[in-house]
Amino acid sequence: MLDDTDRRILRHLQADPSQPMAHLAEAAGVPLATCYKRLDRMQAQGVLRGQHLTIDWAALGYAVEVSLRITLDKTDPRAFDAFLAAAREVPEVTEIQTFLGRVDLRLAVIAKTMAHYQRIYREKILALPHIADIEALMHVATIKNQQTVPL
Amino acid sequence: MIDLDATDRAILRALQADATLKASTLGRRLGLSQPATWRRIKRLADAGIIGARKLDLDLEALGFGVTVFLGVKLGLKGRVSLDDFERAVTAIPEVQTVEHVLGLYDYRLRVVARDLPDFERVLRRRIMTLPGVGGVEANVLLSEERRPGPLG
Repeated sequence: MLDDTDRRILRHLQADPSQPMAHLAEAAGVPLATCYKRLDRMQAQGVLRGQHLTIDWAALGYAVEVSLRITLDKTDPRAFDAFLAAAREVPEVTEIQTFLGRVDLRLAVIAKTMAHYQRIYREKILALPHIADIEALMHVATIKNQQTVPL
Repeated sequence: MIDLDATDRAILRALQADATLKASTLGRRLGLSQPATWRRIKRLADAGIIGARKLDLDLEALGFGVTVFLGVKLGLKGRVSLDDFERAVTAIPEVQTVEHVLGLYDYRLRVVARDLPDFERVLRRRIMTLPGVGGVEANVLLSEERRPGPLG
């Protein structure tokens, strides 16, 4: 299990994942060797799985971002698996989430322009299997994007 | 805006999967020298393409068993200050992301909680009491995958 030192290290690491280990150890108030050891252990335990880079798609010209909230026709027991497999093949889909609630799934879709989005929507999204209903939310602005949890 | 070639895209894909990769390791994998790899990464970073790093944590092991997405609709449009709402919602530590959206809802929030009773506490005490909140819809996250996106 994790103790307070582990949590302190994670708290400082998640605030700035790219900081040098010496900074992290100092911020968390532990010796450098302890810091390495704790991180290794948390990795071995699977608590810390790794670090991902996020890409700023707008800098690559993808100015449009839409959340598609999808309800599936669940009369077919393979609807989820078939839908997920097909959605993974659409390059403009950057996130796939499944839910318990009013909607079954959400896809994050990016596009360069509205015309580009319309083309993706008509040719690729509407072609996905077992869709019963789609609702779209268009992203206007990100007010908060804190990639951390209150440890 | 810069154009990406196949090598740039391979670098971005590799860093999406593991942001801790060193330029030397990455270069070896792609058949590039360490300085050449580093120059490409710097060019991508200078162009603003390389965003923040994100830790991949097992949230359940850390005691956060529940992630909920909330669609929030503000009531009494025009009389509510968006600034007031945004300031208040941003200050809630359990709220990880706040997006202003257009459509059925005005805002989309990502909320982490220890369990469902903890989520209910956050929802009742902190979200429902925010200035201007009208309707709220909740969807509990079951699974999530990030895709590489259009990197060829």
